[in-house]
Amino acid sequence: MDAVAIEVFLQTLISGLLLGGLYALIGIGMTLIMGVMKIINLAHGELMMVAMYMAYWLFVLFHIDPYISVFIVAPVMFFFGMAIQRFLINPVLRVESILPENQVILTVGIGMVLANLATLFFTSDYRSTPVKYASDAWYLSDYWRDSPIELSLSVPWTVSFTISVVITVALWFFLTKTDTGKSIRATAQDLEAAMLMGVNVERMRLVTFGLGAALVGAAGCLFIPIYYLYPALGGRFTLIAFVITILGGLGSTVGAIIGGLILGVFESMTATYVGMGWAPVGRFLIFIAALIFLPGGVASLLRSRRLGK
Amino acid sequence: MGRPQLLEVRDINVFYGDLQVIWGVSFNVRQGEIVCLIGANGAGKSTILKTISGLLRPTPGEIVFEDERIDQLRPYKLIELGIVHVPEGRRLFTEMTVEENLDMGSLKGESRQRREQSKDMVFELFPRLRERRRQIAGTLSGGEQQMLAIGRGLMARPRLMMFDEPSLGLAPILVKEIFNVINRIRDEGTTVLIVEQNVKQTLSISDRAYVLENGRIVLEGTGQEMLGNAHVKTAYLGV
Ligand SMILES: Nc1ncnc2c1ncn2[C@@H]1O[C@H](COP(=O)(O)OP(=O)(O)OP(=O)(O)O)[C@@H](O)[C@H]1O
Ligand SMILES: [Mg+2]
Repeated sequence: MDAVAIEVFLQTLISGLLLGGLYALIGIGMTLIMGVMKIINLAHGELMMVAMYMAYWLFVLFHIDPYISVFIVAPVMFFFGMAIQRFLINPVLRVESILPENQVILTVGIGMVLANLATLFFTSDYRSTPVKYASDAWYLSDYWRDSPIELSLSVPWTVSFTISVVITVALWFFLTKTDTGKSIRATAQDLEAAMLMGVNVERMRLVTFGLGAALVGAAGCLFIPIYYLYPALGGRFTLIAFVITILGGLGSTVGAIIGGLILGVFESMTATYVGMGWAPVGRFLIFIAALIFLPGGVASLLRSRRLGK
Repeated sequence: MGRPQLLEVRDINVFYGDLQVIWGVSFNVRQGEIVCLIGANGAGKSTILKTISGLLRPTPGEIVFEDERIDQLRPYKLIELGIVHVPEGRRLFTEMTVEENLDMGSLKGESRQRREQSKDMVFELFPRLRERRRQIAGTLSGGEQQMLAIGRGLMARPRLMMFDEPSLGLAPILVKEIFNVINRIRDEGTTVLIVEQNVKQTLSISDRAYVLENGRIVLEGTGQEMLGNAHVKTAYLGV
């Protein structure tokens, strides 16, 4: 391989990992909801879209940087998610005769309503957020004069990635070190046993849906400096989150992180080596491959290593 | 016996959907006793324990703990009152560590404050758990898992501890150890309600016993009386 080929490969890998870090954040939100509620939240991408409009308007109207908006939008999305759970999903959960699938169908409906409302209020125009640093980058040659290859790191992509890593680490602390976090994991692992331990599982459902919405909301803010915004983008990100959740193993957070990174790298590689428009096809292929060859997702590999099975 | 009553189950009926599985069951447990419910597979033993711990509701029927009606309370209220249920099949959080499982046993009120102290007590009772405190619960052996399930229950500092088939699937030597532990738990002041199919050993540690058949109580008496009862002998002891 010559220097150019290596350069292209490494550059593609870097973009893939940066994208994957953001994907992981989206996937973790969905997988947490999946674990505790046993439903796929098919409004996940639409929640992100809502958060992105918040961050967009905060920037346009109040000149608040999207990276600051994370701390405003994520809490708002937390309460928005809890409200959806409390007033829409819970009532359906309570009606006994209805099949569990109905909650999933409900989330589809919520997603559609959100997308349509966004079109009504904001039109279907594509918008980009004119942050000053949008096309800033760090170059390897600025730091290492004699570098045989040239690599660049986009400033907004890197900052977004870093914040998403920080959020993920904070989430990990929350889930492993606090009683509420442990209760969420316990509820996901064995609902009845969690109830017997005194976990208020209804409250855990509220917190979890709120948390999932807050995480995807944070991801939305992180996408704002690097991505177009339009009302229909939710569907695409719902699909991405869904693929990550399957790839990671339903309900596994670590699996979702690895799944997000794999998907990011895979899409980036497809775009470079096959062609720009082929990323969705790559996504679809990896989704099918995961279903066929790794039905339990990355989590099943991690588990079998740990259990020595 | 002049011991004060701790738990009273009054004429409960329990359904799964339209299917009634418990028919007018009444019994009581006094403070400091070991009381057992014995019965064949499907008799309704687990259903009764689940009803006491709030996972199921009696329709109709009443359950009284000390002087309080508890049959409409949520499970998380019951654990605050000191009622702990060690469920059938352990039901550990298999992807969490031993220590995290113990933490889950002490979420509420005073038990939360005494968590570290309680852990030491559990580790003293089951030294093997101390060695494995950072191990994932799903990787423990069956016996260790049962110890952890009991330990997790003890973390709540229970006043009434209910065991659902604690000896299930264990080797005889471990069964003996588990029964010793249950005896010790009672000696340290916790009242015990136990459901078992290991009839002989259970009766020999029980103060009183009830026999459940097809969702109805058909016999009651002291542990010793039951060991001598002709019906119990033929139906449950195989002699
Ligand atoms: N979730 C359920 N839905 C419908 N029927 C159930 C359910 N759980 C138990 N049953 C039925 O209720 C009856 C009593 O079950 P239960 O589990 O209480 O029996 P058990 O005495 O604990 O038996 P075992 O010794 O096998 O554990 C059984 O006939 C069982 O089939
Ligand atoms: Mg049972």
